Amino acid sequence: MIIYLKNIFDDVGKVSLFAIRFFKEVLTPPYEFKEFVKQCYIIGYKSLPLVAITGFIMGLVLTLQSRPTLAKFGAESWLPGMVALSLIREIAPVITALICAGKVSSGIGAELGSMKVTEQIDAMEVAAINPFKYLVVTRILATTLMVPVLVIFADAIGMLGGFIGVNMHSDINLTRYISQVFQSLAFLDIVPATIKTFFFGFFIGMIGCYKGFTAANGTESVGLAANSAVVTASLTIFIIDMLAVQITDLFF
Amino acid sequence: MIQEKKNIDTPTLPDKKTSIIEIVDLHKTFGKNEVLKGVNLIVKKGENLVILGKSGSGKSITIKCLVGLVVADKGEIKVFDTDITKLDNNQLNEIRVRIGFLFQNAALYDSMSVRENLGFTLKRHVTDLSPEELEAEIIEVLESVGLADAIDKMPSELSGGMRKRIGLARTLILKPEIILYDEPTTGLDTITSREISELILEIQKKNKTSSIIITHDMACAKHTADRLIILKDGVIHAEGSYEELEKSDDEWVRSFFI
Repeated sequence: MIIYLKNIFDDVGKVSLFAIRFFKEVLTPPYEFKEFVKQCYIIGYKSLPLVAITGFIMGLVLTLQSRPTLAKFGAESWLPGMVALSLIREIAPVITALICAGKVSSGIGAELGSMKVTEQIDAMEVAAINPFKYLVVTRILATTLMVPVLVIFADAIGMLGGFIGVNMHSDINLTRYISQVFQSLAFLDIVPATIKTFFFGFFIGMIGCYKGFTAANGTESVGLAANSAVVTASLTIFIIDMLAVQITDLFF
Repeated sequence: MIQEKKNIDTPTLPDKKTSIIEIVDLHKTFGKNEVLKGVNLIVKKGENLVILGKSGSGKSITIKCLVGLVVADKGEIKVFDTDITKLDNNQLNEIRVRIGFLFQNAALYDSMSVRENLGFTLKRHVTDLSPEELEAEIIEVLESVGLADAIDKMPSELSGGMRKRIGLARTLILKPEIILYDEPTTGLDTITSREISELILEIQKKNKTSSIIITHDMACAKHTADRLIILKDGVIHAEGSYEELEKSDDEWVRSFFI
C-alpha cells in the first residue's frame, strides 16, 4: 500500500514537472505553428464523425429514457429543456472527453511511445530540434483547443438527437424546440461547463504526451503507454469534473 | 604499434593538435551498473575510428555522450575544442548541428516522406532557403547516397539498406564535420553492408569528415577503419590498426577477428 501510494505521488510529481516544462516551452520561440494546425486537424476534424455519432445517440437516448418519468408527472413539455441542460452541463462534456481520452490520448501515447522506442525523438534532439516543443507543446495546445470545440459540436448534435427523440412521440417543430431549449438555459449553465472542457483537453493531451514521451525502451512500452494514457486520462476527467462541479456550486 | 591497455590511468593521446574529439576519463553508471569506467579516446581530424566490443560494453553510450543524448557522470568530452559537458542546451545545439548521427535503425520519422524527413531538418537550420533551393539540396544529397528516386516514398516503403542510406542522407544534409555511426550495417545482407561501408569511406573522402563507427561487422570495420579501439568492461582494452589488432598477442582481442 505504501509503495502504491509512493508510486502515485512519484507519478504526480513527474507529471507536474512535465507540465512546468510545457508552460516554459509554450512561451518561448520558435513556435511550431504549422505542426499545431496539423494536430488541430488530426485531433479535432478527424474526431468529428465519432463525436457526432455519440452526441446524436446521447441526445436521442436521453430523451427517450427521460420521457416516461416526465410523462408520469405530466411534464413532457420540460423534455427539451431538461435534455439540453443535462447535455450541456454534464453529459456532452464528460462523454466527449472520455471519447477523446480513448481516441486522442491513447493515440498520442502510442505515437510518441513508438517514436521514443525507435529513436526518432533522439534523432530530433541530435539534429538540434527541440522534440518537446515540436511534439509535446503542439499536441497539448491542440487538445486544449479542440476538445471544447468538439464538446460544443456534441452539444449541438445531441440536441438534434433530442429533437428527433421528442418527435417520435409528439409533434413539435424545430423552431419551438430550439426556443424551449434556450428558455431553459442560463448563461451560467454554459460558461462553467465550457471552461472545464479546456481542462479536460489540457489533461488529455498532457497525459498522452507524458506517457508516450517517457516510455521506456522496448516495443512493449508502446502498448503500455497507450493503455495507461487512456486509464489515467479517463480517471483525471472524472476528478476534474468533480472538482469543477464543487467549484461551480461554491461560486454560482 | 599495438597499444593494449589494462587499468589505464591516463589516456594515450595520439596527436592532440589535430584532434577533433577528445574524451578524457568518461564515466557513466545506470543504477548499479557502471557501464563506462574511465574511457579515454581521441579522434583525429579526417579519421575513421571504429569502436569494437561485446554487446553492453558501452560503445553506444560513449557516442551518445558525445551528442548529449546521455549525460556523463564524470569526465571531459571535448568536441571542436569545446567541453560539451559544461554547455547549456542552446550551446550544445550549436555543436550538434556540426555532428551527424546515424542511428542503428536509421530512426526516420515514420509520418514523413523521404523528402520531408530531409527537409524537416534542413529548414530548421537554414531558414533562408527558397522552396527550389530546398528541393535542390534534398535531391543532391539523395543522389550522393544513390536514392534520388526514393524522394516521395514513405519510410515504411523502404528496405533496411535504403533506410540506412536515407538516414545517412538526413545526417549529410547539414554538412556535418563529424559523423557518428551506430552499427551502420547491422541487420543488412553482405552486399548491402559492403555498399554502406563503401558509402562511409566515400563520405569521408568527399566531405573530409571525421567519424566514429560502432560495429560488430568485422568486414565493415576492416573496410572503413583508420584505427580501431576495443572496449572491455567499460575501458579501452586495445587500440591499433586492423592488421595490428588482428595479430595481437591477446587472445580475447584476436577473438574479434576470427
